[in-house]
Amino acid sequence: MSFFSDENRAITREIIGRYPKPRSAMIPLLHLAQSQAGWVSNEAMVEIGELVGTTSVEVLGTCSFYEMFKREPVGKYLVNVCVTMSCALAGAGELMHHAEERLGVRAGGTTPDGMFTLAPAECQAACTEAPCLQVNYRYRYRMDTEQFDQLIDDLAAGALDREIPSHGTTARIRQHIPPDRAVGAVPPSGVHDAPVWLAPSNGAAGGAG
Amino acid sequence: MASYTVAHAPGFVANDAPRIVTQRFDHPDSYTLERYLATGGYEGIRAALGRSPQDVHSEVRDATLLGRGGAGFPAGVKWGFCPPGVWPRYLVVNGDESEPGTYKDRLLMELDPHQLIEGCLIACYAVGLSQCFLYIRGEMVLAQERVAQALNDAYAAGWVGRNICGTEFSVDIVLHSGAGAYVVGEETALIESLEGNRGMPRLKPPFFPAAVGLYGQPTIVNNVETLANLPWILRHGASAFTAIGTPTSPGTRMVAVSGHVNRAGVYEITNGTTTFRDLIYGDDYCGGLRPGRELKAFVPGGGSAPWFTPAQLDLPFEASQIGPQGSMLGSGAVMVMDDTTDIPAAALTLTKFYAHESCGKCVPCREGATWLERILRRVCNGTGTPRDLDLLFEVGATISPGEFPHAGVPERGLEPKPFPYQMTTICFVGPSAYAPVHSAMTLFPEEFTARVAPNAHLDAQVAPGGSVNGGPISEVAVRV
Repeated sequence: MSFFSDENRAITREIIGRYPKPRSAMIPLLHLAQSQAGWVSNEAMVEIGELVGTTSVEVLGTCSFYEMFKREPVGKYLVNVCVTMSCALAGAGELMHHAEERLGVRAGGTTPDGMFTLAPAECQAACTEAPCLQVNYRYRYRMDTEQFDQLIDDLAAGALDREIPSHGTTARIRQHIPPDRAVGAVPPSGVHDAPVWLAPSNGAAGGAG
Repeated sequence: MASYTVAHAPGFVANDAPRIVTQRFDHPDSYTLERYLATGGYEGIRAALGRSPQDVHSEVRDATLLGRGGAGFPAGVKWGFCPPGVWPRYLVVNGDESEPGTYKDRLLMELDPHQLIEGCLIACYAVGLSQCFLYIRGEMVLAQERVAQALNDAYAAGWVGRNICGTEFSVDIVLHSGAGAYVVGEETALIESLEGNRGMPRLKPPFFPAAVGLYGQPTIVNNVETLANLPWILRHGASAFTAIGTPTSPGTRMVAVSGHVNRAGVYEITNGTTTFRDLIYGDDYCGGLRPGRELKAFVPGGGSAPWFTPAQLDLPFEASQIGPQGSMLGSGAVMVMDDTTDIPAAALTLTKFYAHESCGKCVPCREGATWLERILRRVCNGTGTPRDLDLLFEVGATISPGEFPHAGVPERGLEPKPFPYQMTTICFVGPSAYAPVHSAMTLFPEEFTARVAPNAHLDAQVAPGGSVNGGPISEVAVRV
């Protein structure tokens, strides 16, 4: 019984094929697994290990390093409140305290109905729009406590379902390289010469630089 | 000079200053292939393909395009470090923008992805890079979607992939999303991450990416904004580029100004000549501080940079002038603190960031950053002792021995200590955890001495949470 759905299995092959070495596909495949289940299970890691040719413990090693991969289920909506300097100067501390009170959980916790996980986040590159937060990595800028309450109400009512998919789904547009346009990835050991456009016949011998 | 805000680009403020990388931001459809082609798009790579790769490399070297990621190293010189005769070579694009206060690469990816793609093509053609990996920070979903769509459109239209513009130049650009780790913005950690590993930096030497990078091959790692400048340079020439700014810092750069200013925003400023005073007080920029407030301090170049005070306001965005004054321009991020700011708490919001983001490879950073955070937190909580202040300097010195860079304080007769610093760690995360602590304690010592008292630590048992300004201090969120 495989973890990945048939549709996603086809995507795994496409992703792995883009890299000179299959292991480079590890993080993209972990994202794919998380988009399928909402979190990354041991089963998923075992299968990713098989797909990229390494052990499941190596996959766990990589997976556990990165903040975005959740190795246990989280809420449908992961609410990441930025608490780094620019947002803190604009009142992120108050916003976080309000969020804890509104959701009834401490930072890091999940509401009993499984709808919301509240987490502190580090700088989200929206420093001019402070304080900011992300819901499943979709931004909300210049948040005050009233807007926060409205956001939670809207999410709970399903009013933002189109804009914000449930946790695990990140980018909804995938890169697709058409086979007839692809140069194709070659293992580094299979390349010995300069690319053809640098070759002497093109008046560009040796190598640039 | 008039200024206005572009509606679909939150934070970006346009004015009459020269624009290179933000030239299309006014168009609501700036990210589409149609708009790109209608506004000179892909003319830079067309021009490049009509010349030899060496010629294109020379043009970029002549432009003195300084890297916009933080270190400010000239891109054309970096390109020349690939050892001859070693193939294949790769291009890795650093789109892992996560330095506190920095907000520019995300805008460039969301609003003009084709400009970045074209920049990648020019670099690949000039240096003979046979595959490009475009690493975008995991949390930036819209940027990933815009770049994915742009790549799909560019492949379909023949701008990327096999036989570009009917020539022998062929290159694949692969979009790669990260998964949340600040340290991956360090170039060797980025390469580790791209190889499917934990994002831990590699030792230099031997792992200078231009010589030993991705899969052990020569690899050019360039920042998004750096590459986004290339199409303009190839279209208009290096001399047009160096005509803007100063000879040592030509062109423009994007700077995000946040914190206690009237109009926080992302501005494209003229390099080398624009001063911090222009930026913070100019009517075409931030328009000063909130009514009735005065400037207390500012971070000039991202969370890792030592702080400045009003005494340094007239310095320009020119690396050769900032370094001797004790800080760095870094990643183009200015964070402004007014006179209401609780300085120790503000420093804590940065130090805890680095403590959280330490990858754990180097002991001085892993342990030191954590202890800096803990000690600083108890000082903020009112449970610190005078000994804790010495301890902060001692712990800092295990990460960065010797005198740490700092700004001058004229009224105290304190001379600046120039950049850079020494370090006991592989990468800059460790010293970056110390920079805010050291700056805050050096520039505002009275705010620390007023917060500590002998035996204050005994109160910790009574009030574990402590309080600042009457409110509780959460472990995760600091009230500044």
